[in-house]
Amino acid sequence: MSANTEFPGPVKWIDDRLGIAKIGKKNLRKVFPDHWSFMLGEIALYSFIILILTGTFLTFWFKPSMAEVQYNGSYSLLKGLHMSEAYASTLDITFDVRGGLLVRQIHHWAAVLFIAAMMVHLLRMFFTGAFRKPRELNWLIGFGMLFLGIVEGFIGYGLPDDLLSGTGLRITNGMIQASPVVGTYMNFFIFGGEFPGDDFVSRFFIVHVLLIPGIILALVTAHLFLVVYHKHTQYAGPGRTQKNVVGYPLFPVYTAKAGGFFFVVFGITALMGALMQINPVWLYGPYNPAEVTAGSQPDWYMGWLEGSVRIFPGFESHFWGVTLSWNLLIPALIIPPAFVTLVALYPFIEGWITGDKREHHLLDRPRDVPTRTGIGVAFITFYALLWIGGGNDLIATHFGISLNNVTWFLRFAVILGPILAFMVARRWAISLQRADYERLTHGLETGVIVRSPEGKYTEKHQPISTYEAYSLTARDRVLPHEIGPETDDNGVRAPRRALHKARAALSRFYFADAVQKPTAQELEEAHEHAHDPDEIHELTEDTETYREVTSDRS
Amino acid sequence: MSEKRSSLSPARFLSARRRHRSAGLVVLLFGLLAVGSAYAAFAPDDAVADNSAQSQQIEEGKKLFAVGCSSCHGLNAEGGGNGAGKMAGPSLIGVGAAAVDFQVGTGRMPAMQPGAQIPRKTPAYSQEEIEALAAYIASLAPGPAVPAQDSYDVSKATDEQITRGGELFRTNCTACHNFAGRGGALPNGKYAPSLMGVSEKHIYEAMLTGPQQMPVFSDQVMQPQDKADIIAYLKALQTQKDPGGFGLGRLGPVSEGLWGWLVGIGLLVCVAVWIGAKGVKAKGAKAHE
Repeated sequence: MSANTEFPGPVKWIDDRLGIAKIGKKNLRKVFPDHWSFMLGEIALYSFIILILTGTFLTFWFKPSMAEVQYNGSYSLLKGLHMSEAYASTLDITFDVRGGLLVRQIHHWAAVLFIAAMMVHLLRMFFTGAFRKPRELNWLIGFGMLFLGIVEGFIGYGLPDDLLSGTGLRITNGMIQASPVVGTYMNFFIFGGEFPGDDFVSRFFIVHVLLIPGIILALVTAHLFLVVYHKHTQYAGPGRTQKNVVGYPLFPVYTAKAGGFFFVVFGITALMGALMQINPVWLYGPYNPAEVTAGSQPDWYMGWLEGSVRIFPGFESHFWGVTLSWNLLIPALIIPPAFVTLVALYPFIEGWITGDKREHHLLDRPRDVPTRTGIGVAFITFYALLWIGGGNDLIATHFGISLNNVTWFLRFAVILGPILAFMVARRWAISLQRADYERLTHGLETGVIVRSPEGKYTEKHQPISTYEAYSLTARDRVLPHEIGPETDDNGVRAPRRALHKARAALSRFYFADAVQKPTAQELEEAHEHAHDPDEIHELTEDTETYREVTSDRS
Repeated sequence: MSEKRSSLSPARFLSARRRHRSAGLVVLLFGLLAVGSAYAAFAPDDAVADNSAQSQQIEEGKKLFAVGCSSCHGLNAEGGGNGAGKMAGPSLIGVGAAAVDFQVGTGRMPAMQPGAQIPRKTPAYSQEEIEALAAYIASLAPGPAVPAQDSYDVSKATDEQITRGGELFRTNCTACHNFAGRGGALPNGKYAPSLMGVSEKHIYEAMLTGPQQMPVFSDQVMQPQDKADIIAYLKALQTQKDPGGFGLGRLGPVSEGLWGWLVGIGLLVCVAVWIGAKGVKAKGAKAHE
């Protein structure tokens, strides 16, 4: 369609030079499936936009300098005190710039929501298996953004140079110093000398406003480009296959939905900024290495790291005049990176275990892969227990229990909790699978109990709709990886047999207990059985309407 | 006196009689009376009368002590065991009146039950009884006295003093009591209590005597003016409104994170569910009918 001629003048002028009509025609009609859980990533994207807008406002008044000044602003409780220019300008933004406190608070709440939304989005990806081929790289890109977002948030928390953030940086400084051999050098490199020094605010500032946001922006672009390129995943349902996308076109449906959602996110963030006080730097006072306050905690996303350090027993070794602080080395420099790497590489680990090389565009229901779901819940439990450890003092005071008891409980719980959570979640998923199986083969329980003339009680079952049956059976039967014969026909031993054995064992662990969907034969038999007098035959009236667009995935 | 006489001015009356025989005597009497009254008004209470009042107060305190305190602290405040070899209450000899005024005045003593830490509660004794108990304990051995009111009166504190108090507070107190005086955890079930709503006198006495887990900040370590400045900062902090909205308990990032997840993400996910369920389908279904 050469629509060029129909455009009004200015649009034609632009189209002649940029060719937007062609791009628009293709992309505005792009089909996306509809589900609330597909909008979690959007929250993160919109929070990021809010962060850039409010952050720009803040840079107009923030002075990234450690120069010592005397505070003479309007906050009387700190008047006349000597402090860094960074802290003084933060106070000025708060008390003397019109709307400054509101924008500061929106910025901080948006940061809290940005990382929280990325994490919720990641959990959705994990539990639905959206990370499987071909989306493993996009998983890594997303993970990179989460990691950078956390670093970005932590650096931003350090910029005002208040007592709380200074204490947080002091702990970071200790963690860096705890790394063997290179610790001291790295510390001098980052802070430009002894902590805190005069350089860190100006250095952190440029990393915070330019370097990391730039990289995140580039990754966002790549992330979204890949979403368009791969096309969005969808939940199983009638007419939905691995080869199509069923949903609505970007224009006008999603432009309206997503645009509206952006304003809702901005609105809620602005409300939070207006009503809920966050990071009251004026209460903390300026940073002074000789001072510290109870309840010194980082923002929530660093809480699990804090907790890891808090609950770890205080081991230390001394060799030839060198001190190795195991109490920092293990909980801060070994456990968190190991955990993060494990989660980041999970798609590859699972892919190797299952030996699955196919593309997946239909999402799993969490119950349909019980072991993965169990592992996910174990990850959450591990993370959450460390996170709780980061607030052990507040838990102790608010629930009236001993700080030592909280800590000791967590030391065991952090190991036993995930194991227990794994078993419970996995079994739970398997039970749900069995319930689905029952639903498919016997229909749904009506709750109607009938007594036969002989006095026998039976519950009436109703067959489920064809649509539901389709959704429930639109998954693969997954069987454990087979190990193959020990020797081939010529009696030669198969290479790397131990590795294959391990893989087969892991695969059994993944799939052996999972309930497979019924075969066609099983369904047929069950439906034969449905002619028993115990079962009711009439179908429920199907009132669902399917007016979605189907787009080929090619 | 007749009306005529009264019309005479008193000055003329005195002037007319200044050479009276007894004038000198009268002046002397007036002088003595004036000096005596002034002395009675300005001089400290009569030592004898005071002594008897004080000893009466001590006696009173001793009786109250025997009833309410001695089961743990011993009959003569020498400290007591609980019968199982553990100390029930420490010796109170030399703790001073300030310690009694703080412990009983904040309701910590008498304790309801032994524990990691004795909590603050409604005082069980009247101010008069507290003073009697304090007088009794102070009579056993010298110790810090209840501070005079002007030492903790911070109603006229200047901005400079408040700022200075804030700096002292952050240096000496926040490590346990939190940046906003909201309290914090200590090992083994102990805690630094919240300083909100604590009277100026009790904060002063706490610094002076170091109750329970708290270290003593004696007047040699922390000058009376330093103490007053810290109290001034705390009072300013307590009356200050939160400029940014709800203070979320002034507890720092933990409560912020909790609210961010519950309110922020919670609300946004609800909206996502709403948007996901709304819109096209409803409209489409209508058009279809």
